[in-house]
Amino acid sequence: MRSILKNDLQRVKTFYKKFSERFIEGLLMLSSSITSLTVVLIVVFLFKEGIGLFNQKPVEQGYVIAINKNNKVKKLSSAQLKNIYDQKIAHWSEVGGTNDSIVLFQMEDISNYFSDEQIGDQLQNLPTCLNKLLDSLPNIIAFLPEKYINKDFKGTILDVNKVSLADFFGGKEWIPTAKPSAQLGVLPLILGTLWVSLGAILLALPLGLAAAVYMSEIADSRIRRIMKPLIELLAGIPSVVYGFFGLVIIVPLIQKTFNLPVGETGLAGSIVLGIMALPTIITISEDAMRNTPRAMKEASLALGASKWQTIYKVVIPYSISGISAGAILGIGRAIGETMAVLMVTGNAAVIPHTILAPVRTIPATIAAELGETSNGGLHYKALFALGCILFLITLFINLTVEFISNRRKYNKH
Amino acid sequence: MINELKIIKSKRRNQAIAFFIFRLLSYSIVAILFIILSFIIVKGVSVINWNFITQMPEEGMTKGGIYPAIIGTLYLVAGSMIFAFPIGVLAAIYMNEYVKDGIAKRIIKQMTNNLAGIPSIVFGLFGMSLFVNKLHFGDSIIAGSLTLGLLALPVVIRTTEEALKAVDNTFRQASLGLGASKWQTTRRVVLPIAFPNIITGLILSVGRVSGETAPILFTVAAYFLPKLPTSIFDQAMALPYHLYEISTSGTHIEESRPIAYGTALVLIIIVLIVNLLANGLRKYFGNKVKMN
Amino acid sequence: MYKIESKNVDFYYGASQALKNINIAIRPNTVTALIGPSGCGKSTYLRLFNRMNDLIDNIKITGQVLIDGGNIYERGINVDSLRKNVGMVFQKANPFPKSIFENVAYGLRVNGITDKKFIEERVETSIKQVVLWDEVKDKLKKSAFELSGGQQQRLCIARCLAIQPSVILMDEPTSALDPISTAKVEELIYEMKSKYTIVIVTHNMQQAGRVSDTTAFFYMGELVEYDNTKTLFINPKEERTQNYITGRFG
Ligand SMILES: Nc1ncnc2c1ncn2[C@@H]1O[C@H](COP(=O)(O)OP(=O)(O)OP(=O)(O)O)[C@@H](O)[C@H]1O
Ligand SMILES: [Mg+2]
Repeated sequence: MRSILKNDLQRVKTFYKKFSERFIEGLLMLSSSITSLTVVLIVVFLFKEGIGLFNQKPVEQGYVIAINKNNKVKKLSSAQLKNIYDQKIAHWSEVGGTNDSIVLFQMEDISNYFSDEQIGDQLQNLPTCLNKLLDSLPNIIAFLPEKYINKDFKGTILDVNKVSLADFFGGKEWIPTAKPSAQLGVLPLILGTLWVSLGAILLALPLGLAAAVYMSEIADSRIRRIMKPLIELLAGIPSVVYGFFGLVIIVPLIQKTFNLPVGETGLAGSIVLGIMALPTIITISEDAMRNTPRAMKEASLALGASKWQTIYKVVIPYSISGISAGAILGIGRAIGETMAVLMVTGNAAVIPHTILAPVRTIPATIAAELGETSNGGLHYKALFALGCILFLITLFINLTVEFISNRRKYNKH
Repeated sequence: MINELKIIKSKRRNQAIAFFIFRLLSYSIVAILFIILSFIIVKGVSVINWNFITQMPEEGMTKGGIYPAIIGTLYLVAGSMIFAFPIGVLAAIYMNEYVKDGIAKRIIKQMTNNLAGIPSIVFGLFGMSLFVNKLHFGDSIIAGSLTLGLLALPVVIRTTEEALKAVDNTFRQASLGLGASKWQTTRRVVLPIAFPNIITGLILSVGRVSGETAPILFTVAAYFLPKLPTSIFDQAMALPYHLYEISTSGTHIEESRPIAYGTALVLIIIVLIVNLLANGLRKYFGNKVKMN
Repeated sequence: MYKIESKNVDFYYGASQALKNINIAIRPNTVTALIGPSGCGKSTYLRLFNRMNDLIDNIKITGQVLIDGGNIYERGINVDSLRKNVGMVFQKANPFPKSIFENVAYGLRVNGITDKKFIEERVETSIKQVVLWDEVKDKLKKSAFELSGGQQQRLCIARCLAIQPSVILMDEPTSALDPISTAKVEELIYEMKSKYTIVIVTHNMQQAGRVSDTTAFFYMGELVEYDNTKTLFINPKEERTQNYITGRFG
């Protein structure tokens, strides 16, 4: 009797042990899947909002563009609308209509046509007034709130093209709050990002590689032991602090040196980003150089090569894939950096022609503008689309680095 | 013979020139670091005093202290670590102790790498759309902490993995050989040995999280709050965001410069402490392990 | 006249002494074998002759090492030129990740030779010297890694010969090779003797007996016995030598 009980107890114990092992393993597995889950969620959320942009019209929600019903024009693109309201397009013929000049109308202009009495103190007659206006002026184009349009509206509500991929990637203007139609061309932002990052890498690469070579091959271990933590420190400084430093030191310096109206320029961004990319470049390429087999270096030295010849003929070729991985990751870091750039580049969304002019990058745009947008609106979605671009760029960079380092492993055998 | 001498000379000269340039460039990097540090220290040190770190901001951030920003950052660091540290350590244990090399491990690794490579502003976008909007947390400490936690997760995983890898395999075999289960081995043998290095990883991620700005811009950070947050669903101020705001916007940029220098110095001090602590721990425990 | 002499050489890695008062004199155009149990300091001693130990931090050396009568540890010695004169072959074949041709040409190029014709000729004669020419003459542009282990080691010897050193140091050059490749390398050593002074570290007693003229037996950092190879193997003066060569410890 007792032994049976003991047996049972034993069985329960083993069962419990097995169960808890399983349970823990499940918990561990769950934890390790969180990163993957997060990546997937980021993709889903980013792209859901971002792609939603291309389902929207660039005209502000609740507003319409109306013209006289006899006007032949039935459709206008966002860029055409903007040019019309900027008075760069003055004749209907330029957009496929008659050869008459365009009459612009916005709600503010209503008092030019009607008196306050006519409109009514509760604006109760406004729809009728607008109706009259659209009917009487054959060349009018009007930007109107939808709610003032009544059922027997005599004008035509113009069809505005949805935001297209071509507009988005080919557009040269980024004015998401433009009226009547937002201008969502990311070209200046993409170019701005590349411009600043390119400058950064041009500054950081020579410095970083030199430091990597120096630390791994030239300096004695004492100096290396001092430099290594300093580089780590450089990596640990928050980007706002870099931005702040750039703002109070580098920006005024650039302004004075080049005698510019403002010092917030692409160059300032490149310098700050270059400093920030240094630790990445140094650590990764130094690691790669240290991995050069000692036998390889000794073989070279034993043949009478100098230390320097050994470095550039053996060590650097041997670690070239690691070095390029470092450089690419450095570029990636520069492209994704937000705060420092936001603080020092001046943020003008124009296609850059010189490093001495303000530029605006993709991350800085998101950071600067997301706070002003209404949740789910056109501008909001446009910024998410920018986030998608950023995500894809960094994903591409990661995969490239992965590819390079896998190839290196293969080469070693 | 003369020719040979010439060659020797030119080899020597080339090496001397090259090494000189390398040394110069390397030292210039160190110089850059010192310029940044000393500039902020010199300008900020006169600002920092007890009142500065314990008082509320006053007169549109031109006077007073940065107490609420310090508290906010503390909350955010704590919140993000409560989330990221256990999950990150567990994930690393799974990766290093449980899964065998194969497709699954490769995928997890790749995903973790990808997550680590995502720019922080994208985390901000994501945190805003998921935590703030979708889950209706609003701009809140919890939304900000979770966003920062996700950002820190790859850091924790990577450092923990390295710590686990450094544990000699013979310890595991010995424990398993005595009939201990995998989890028992991990908990009683592997983790205690790896513990110091895991803690180093934790400290480094604290450093990283405390300085991040982009992820909290739209998930928690407030320009000014008259009161300290009382719940995790409140907004909070934070040091890096505070520095950003008072140095770039507002009408009193010039008047609030001293406050900005002070804030920057506080951030630098955090980084210095974190790095010293991490290096010290590494050295201390590194020696200890060797001695045993 | 001796080719290589070491006088009262002490050598330290940090605080631990690896070589204790070593005195050896080596005649030109001879093969000297260094033998002894693992960790006794053979490699350390060999690497003194081309100052390869200089790469290691925290080392200290006292005494004199003379090559052709000059102290190679004197101040102002050009180490690169010393190493050009004192070639080295390593335990594991370590070709560069370059083509077969470039491997052999490397030493010439780093020593400032640019004449293409000259380089081609020198590469060819060097490869022929190690009896590798017929095996590689059609694939000189191919990576050196495509060769077998034994071929790679002979290529490394050719690489060493190309810069025409007068001394060749070999650290267990055949320990990673199969018997046939080993025999080829041994034969090579025997032939090279006429032109070079060779010092070879080996764990293989038969090999030492086959290829060397004199042998030095090291034990725990000390030079126990240094003599004519035949004498040392047949009639050792020291009991420790006797024990080692008969395999009683090692
Ligand atoms: N880089 C180094 N730093 C510190 N000590 C070293 C170093 N290289 C070798 N030693 C020590 O010096 C001693 C002699 O080593 P060495 O390599 O010369 O021995 P060896 O006779 O060549 O042995 P083997 O036959 O195994 O190659 C050993 O005790 C070794 O541990
Ligand atoms: Mg040896």
